Amino acid sequence: MMESTFLSYLPYCVAGFPLLGFVINTLVALLWAKNQKPGSEALVKLVGCLFPILAFILSLICFSILRNSPEGMVISPPALFRWIDTALLTVDFRFMIDPLTATMMLVVTGVGSLIHIYATGYMHGDQGFARFYAYLNLFLFFMLLLIMGNNLLVLFVGWEGVGLCSYLLIGFWFTDEEKAKCGKKAFIVNRIGDFGFLLGIFLVMHTFLSQSQSSDLNFLDYSFIAQHKDLFLSEATLIALCFFAGAAGKSAQIPLYVWLPDAMAGPTPVSALIHAATMVTAGIFMIARLYFLYELAPVALQVVAIIGLLTALMAASIALTQTDIKKVLAYSTVSQLGYMFLALGVGAPQAAIFHVVTHAFFKACLFLCAGSVIYALHHQQDIRHMGGLFKKIPVTSLAFLVSTIAIAGIPPLAGFFSKDEILFHTFTHAPRIFYIVGFLVSGLTSFYMFRLFTLVFLGKYRGHLEPHYLPLAMDAPIAILAVLALVGGFIGVPEVLGGTNRISHWLAFLSTEIHGEEVAHHGTELILMGISSAWALITAFMAFSLYLKNPEWTKTLKEKCQQLYNLVSRKYYVDEIYDGIFVRPLVWLSHKFFWKGMDEAIIDGVMVHGFADISLVASRIISRFQSGFLGHYVVFFVLGLIGIMFYLAVG
Amino acid sequence: MELINNHILTILIAFPVVVSFVFLIIPREEKKLLMYLAGLSALVEFIFSLHLYFYFKNTGSFEFIEIKPWILTWKINYFVGVDGVSLFLVLLITFLMPLVLWSACSSIKVRVKEFVVSMLILESSMIGVFCALDLFLFYVFWEVMLVPMYLLIGVWGGKNRIYATIKFFLYTMAGSVLMLVAILFLYYQGGNTFNLVELYEHTLGFTAQLWLFLAFALAFAIKVPLFPFHTWLPDAHVEAPTSGSVILAGVLLKMGTYGFFRFAMPLFPEAFDLLKPYLVILAVIGIVYGALVAMVQTDMKKLIAYSSVSHLGLVMLGLFSLNPTGMQGALYQMLNHGISTGVLFLLVGVLYDRTHSREISLYGGIAKAMPIYATFFLLATMASIGLPLTNGFVGEFLTLAGSFQTIQIPTIIGATGIVLSAVYMLWLVERVFFGKLKTPGGQTLLDITRQEFLILLPFIILIFWMGIYPKPFLSKMNRPIENLLIQLAPEQTEEGPVQIHEEIHMR
Amino acid sequence: MITVQHFLALSVILFGLGVLGLVIRKNLLIIFMCIELMLNASNLALVAMARHFGKMDGHVIAFFVMAIAASEAALGLAIVVTLFRSRKTIRTSDWRILRG
Repeated sequence: MMESTFLSYLPYCVAGFPLLGFVINTLVALLWAKNQKPGSEALVKLVGCLFPILAFILSLICFSILRNSPEGMVISPPALFRWIDTALLTVDFRFMIDPLTATMMLVVTGVGSLIHIYATGYMHGDQGFARFYAYLNLFLFFMLLLIMGNNLLVLFVGWEGVGLCSYLLIGFWFTDEEKAKCGKKAFIVNRIGDFGFLLGIFLVMHTFLSQSQSSDLNFLDYSFIAQHKDLFLSEATLIALCFFAGAAGKSAQIPLYVWLPDAMAGPTPVSALIHAATMVTAGIFMIARLYFLYELAPVALQVVAIIGLLTALMAASIALTQTDIKKVLAYSTVSQLGYMFLALGVGAPQAAIFHVVTHAFFKACLFLCAGSVIYALHHQQDIRHMGGLFKKIPVTSLAFLVSTIAIAGIPPLAGFFSKDEILFHTFTHAPRIFYIVGFLVSGLTSFYMFRLFTLVFLGKYRGHLEPHYLPLAMDAPIAILAVLALVGGFIGVPEVLGGTNRISHWLAFLSTEIHGEEVAHHGTELILMGISSAWALITAFMAFSLYLKNPEWTKTLKEKCQQLYNLVSRKYYVDEIYDGIFVRPLVWLSHKFFWKGMDEAIIDGVMVHGFADISLVASRIISRFQSGFLGHYVVFFVLGLIGIMFYLAVG
Repeated sequence: MELINNHILTILIAFPVVVSFVFLIIPREEKKLLMYLAGLSALVEFIFSLHLYFYFKNTGSFEFIEIKPWILTWKINYFVGVDGVSLFLVLLITFLMPLVLWSACSSIKVRVKEFVVSMLILESSMIGVFCALDLFLFYVFWEVMLVPMYLLIGVWGGKNRIYATIKFFLYTMAGSVLMLVAILFLYYQGGNTFNLVELYEHTLGFTAQLWLFLAFALAFAIKVPLFPFHTWLPDAHVEAPTSGSVILAGVLLKMGTYGFFRFAMPLFPEAFDLLKPYLVILAVIGIVYGALVAMVQTDMKKLIAYSSVSHLGLVMLGLFSLNPTGMQGALYQMLNHGISTGVLFLLVGVLYDRTHSREISLYGGIAKAMPIYATFFLLATMASIGLPLTNGFVGEFLTLAGSFQTIQIPTIIGATGIVLSAVYMLWLVERVFFGKLKTPGGQTLLDITRQEFLILLPFIILIFWMGIYPKPFLSKMNRPIENLLIQLAPEQTEEGPVQIHEEIHMR
Repeated sequence: MITVQHFLALSVILFGLGVLGLVIRKNLLIIFMCIELMLNASNLALVAMARHFGKMDGHVIAFFVMAIAASEAALGLAIVVTLFRSRKTIRTSDWRILRG
């Protein structure tokens, strides 16, 4: 499709640029580790932002090439090199760009670039400035690897790589031990998911090796799996569930969601980029990528939908009570991710990806706004000490408002279209209860987001420090993202509203069943849209009136349902339960039973030292014969002599 | 060139010993000179050993063979050769040795002459172990290697070194003496020969196989170490000097796995087939158990020692899976472990040189004082927990993916090791490097010197090279595995029950 | 007529006396002399038998034994002297340092 060989390697450059940025920034970070050179920050800024932007431009080029090529076409560059080459399995290090990848590439590099720019302001003057950009660039590299790989193993490289970057960035301010702990928790919880992911890969291999006679060993390639998906009929459910375990880890679903709220310990741009816009959607991306497998496994899809729905509900309810601005947004993210899984579960991967895109816009914007607020208020994160900031930081406030409206699902902002599409599919393709819960959650979303907005930006200022001035480098990306949150939904305007639902057609190849708007449902769809818009507006208004006009009501409400409030605000005690069920017993078992008991007492104490003791006792007994008296020895000698003579005589 | 090709292994085995004789005439006061010369000769040895790599033809059988009669009445030959597996193990030794000797310059201050001589003899005997194709010769090298290691721990070790070194010696001896008996028995049973290639051809009776396998397996299981035979390892590691730990973890442990691969499995296929389930169980226990115990250690070296138990359990799992990919992964993981654990021990040594403590609880926030050191440590950690693009991932992935094809349940249990390894290593990193700087004198801690940097750099390069482009390594391991699998092929095991009957009748 | 049996009987008696002395006496010098006695008893037997069979072997061995006895005595006495010097006693019951 592309003539020159150099151009055909272009997709590798997309990932290569951030890697280059990482290398340069690492060198800067290490060389000037101790004494920061004055010019280093400018260099880091330049390198750190330039390469993501270059990657974005290249992504745009790839996207437009793909856009202009006939349907069903994918950009498939030649393999960079053969990575793994064994008797039963070969894996190429190779990229592939199809519409799904292209969409994600634009989101990752686009939003990523904006956040890189934003961070130049937010991280200004930090001791680890170069290190920060090195990690951020590295993250972008791995994220691109994740979405651009043409096989499961390259995806897994990116998958683990972004996990590593997430670990490093959450614990970026490592001198605070709590933050370092949060990073570790994120990594380990993710690893539990990865365990499932790996088992999925093994099962795929097993299925091929036991059934396929093909001599082609590239069977971790998506295209290969897709071609041979009829081999998976019996195993599909198991494989799909294994992969979902991985997705639940990365995308923070029950039961592995616990790391994401803690991940807020990282710098806020990181929360925006990794823990809202890009990395946490990797699970959704992966399932969408393997959707042909999931279609073979209706049970697995059910599980995905149920888990997604439960997570959405649970996280949204926790978000109602949080007082840390970033924690609210974190639980909101978990909840929105639940929505995306719901979409996947009810057979609408297009809607899920659509929501990934719009969510990337408005949630990144929300996090960056939160970052601005935190920056402006001298690292104050508690919303009880905020309020009335609308006049003081107008750009941020306006952007926050736009994004809040967007996430609440009020038309015609981005969130409305994507969320409505999900709810519509839930309505038509799943039991009614799914829709009802989803509907409820959308109200909760609107409620807690407006609660947050009201408490932070409206009313009277409850803090005591005068807010900072915000640099342009921070305001500009926020403004751009706000605009995107405003208009981003128009890539998927449903037909019923006169649009063409471009993103749905663009990604139609994901599922075999066409989930476009069926004419018969047009009436229903309009009604549903109306109801949910109204519902969002009502809950928004409730939040306004409750927190702005009658704040004392919230107090009485809190006192009325003290126990319920405690349960929710302590996050249903899930962390404590995990700690009590898994962590402590395991540490206790390892320490007391395995180490002290098994290793030191039984193996070493009884067996090893037992042998030593037995030989010691034996030698003590035998050494009694060595009395030291010459006479004794002579007696033994003579007795021996007599014995020998006797033996000779008799025998 | 022909001359070198024919004698390269002998040169590799003999060169360090010859050099150590030269050292006899150097006065012991010349510590610098001794170290320098030892490092230099190890480097020359490494360059020699590269010859193996470049002229290796990958024919599938042993190459660079040299065979000379040694003790004629017993038909004992000096018979050496390498295949795709032992090739890399030899390279691993020659790669580690110069770096270890260089790093010892700053930490070994007493009895330098004895130290370098021990190290060089150790190098010779280790190379000998991996090259020997005559069982008697193998046994000689196997035992010779014990002596310098015993001295390394016992003379230059830590506080409790005498206990540790005697434990190490007796443990290993207990296994290897039984192996000697087995080797002698094999000599009579297997047609009066110690020649491994001839013994491969020979089929033994089932009962004989069983006993012989048990004797060999015990020796190797202690060395690996497999689960209940592992308690010498933490003690030896903790007390050994850094250089000893690196060699111990990097090379000595591989002799156990190599022994299974080269001797125990192919010589006694039917016995192996019978006992395989139990060995697999031990391997899996080792993975989980080692990881859990590593998690709660308070001494850095002990933690890494137990992590070795876990990693080597994985290697054994892959090896016992009898799946070509799994075995390839296992053999690859042997090299990986040598490098990643080796560098971890070197790193702990660097810190120990500065603070003279390995207690984890004493540290905290080192990353602030020693950023470059912390970076290196983190990279080594990543390799150890098998993060993609490091060597550990390729090994772990192939091992688990392969063994999943034949033994699923044990593999699933074993795969929890990837979670647990993250737990104990990251916890270690967190406690040592993150948080407030609370190490006594932490502010004045020196970041790594140029010398240490240069020592550590090759490891890091290799970690990424082997993780990103493993082909040069993996491609040479295919043929030996095929050979082993043919050796273990089912038509031989089908005879098993018949032979049991014969044995019973003979009694 | 004195036959070879007489010689042998004498040799046995001498040997027995030597053994008896070895067992019951505690003075190192006496023990040495007992050993000499035993050696000479065997010498006697050797020479007697050699003469009886008319061969030279026994004579030769007797000379060997004498040589060994002499060197043994030299060494042994040296040891005894050293022992006596260090502790002023050569009673075997006082010397138990090789006790296990």
